Amino acid sequence: MTFPSIFLFIQSFFGFGQTAQIDIVLDDKSTRPQIEVKDEEGHKNQLYLFLDGETVKGQVHINLKTPGKKLEHNGIKVEFLGQIEMFYDRGNHHEFTSLVRELAPPGEMTRSQTFQFEFQNVEKSHESYNGINVRLRYLLRVTIVRRLADITKELDLWVHQYSILPKINNSIKMEVGIEDCLHIEFEYSKSKYYLKDAIVGKIYFLLVRIKIKHMELAIIKRESTGTGPNVYNESETITKYEIMDGAPVRGESIPIRLFLAGFELAPTMRDINKKFSVRYYLNLVLVDEEERRYFKQQEITLWRKKEDGETAEQYLVS
Amino acid sequence: MSTARVAMNRQGVEDAYAEPMNFLEIDVLDPQTHGLGRARYTDYEIRLRTNLPVFKVQEAVVRRRYSDFEWLKNELERDSKILVPALPGKAIMKQLPLLTKDEGIFEDAFIEERRKGLEVFINKIAGHPLAQNERCLHMFLVDRRIDRNYTPGKIR
Repeated sequence: MTFPSIFLFIQSFFGFGQTAQIDIVLDDKSTRPQIEVKDEEGHKNQLYLFLDGETVKGQVHINLKTPGKKLEHNGIKVEFLGQIEMFYDRGNHHEFTSLVRELAPPGEMTRSQTFQFEFQNVEKSHESYNGINVRLRYLLRVTIVRRLADITKELDLWVHQYSILPKINNSIKMEVGIEDCLHIEFEYSKSKYYLKDAIVGKIYFLLVRIKIKHMELAIIKRESTGTGPNVYNESETITKYEIMDGAPVRGESIPIRLFLAGFELAPTMRDINKKFSVRYYLNLVLVDEEERRYFKQQEITLWRKKEDGETAEQYLVS
Repeated sequence: MSTARVAMNRQGVEDAYAEPMNFLEIDVLDPQTHGLGRARYTDYEIRLRTNLPVFKVQEAVVRRRYSDFEWLKNELERDSKILVPALPGKAIMKQLPLLTKDEGIFEDAFIEERRKGLEVFINKIAGHPLAQNERCLHMFLVDRRIDRNYTPGKIR
């Protein structure tokens, strides 16, 4: 048996784990929107949704399992935490936000109790993110500090960050090709797209000397973790969308219209706390009759727009 | 959210109905077996038809044997960055006397299978933009004889 499992065995044998049950309940639980989030194992959880600057307040109920039996402790506290977890470095959580409220000084609890807490106008500088190799999470943690083993309870929260309409949003327009084989000019109408936007553009063929079978546009998410020489990239194809079937000739223009609302997308995250980035790319792929692939990748910026009337909505995030 | 199309150039009638600029066909035809007994070998007619400017000619006819294809495969594997497709089999087993009851590699059925495989092979390679840069490919398709002492290189 490993050390932690021996520890838990002793705990349950002596009933330490069962001594108290902690429940965290938010004051605005009936009005606050919730969001469905998939965790590491793929289970879906409903989490409360918060924005930057919003107050986090509620109650902590501590139920003593065996009434009459008192619970000795070295203090009870509730913390609001924002942390970045790297999956390859499990024990190492980087906390970028940490606030604490003392609920009770060291003493004993003789009966079940309820404590109020409030974290006013909490700054939440980043959007929550559950990724392939990294996670950014916000949580409330209640700790009953004790000599042998603390009793803790966590409540995960989810945070969205809104951006305002970008002042500058240039189109992406470029001519690329292989000398004497294939020259195309591609244009995407914007470089910054909000999550329910549409990618509108065109591909114009200047020279076609290969036998093209079809052309597709893919959205790729690339997650970079680590810094300097230890950067680790992992890419995921969000979708592949065929925009042309058949062989084009010189002078033809192929329109692009790809609606983003149907895909699981989150805003571009650049160098969050110098720990990780999540970037999105459009990958234009042409396939010829021998299955040879010619492609051009271009980064786009995704941002979250504040919709009107966004109150108790349910939408998917992974 | 605007989903109107971005401004597009209208294609001219001349471009729309012009001859395709990507014409490339290579046929492997007319297998002939030369010589007698153990010194026999089979070669094939390689007929190139194209309008790609990278091939300096529009038509070419040469005769090549299986070992010439092997030579081309080795040159490309060494010098170019492409993944060279597979050749049809070398059929060593069929060349051992006593083990074969028929003509072995000079059987009509075997030659036809090999001819088809060589045709697929040469078309795949010749259509690859990176292979089109190699001098060995052009020598293979156009020159009467392959000069195995040539200087390997790129043509553009």
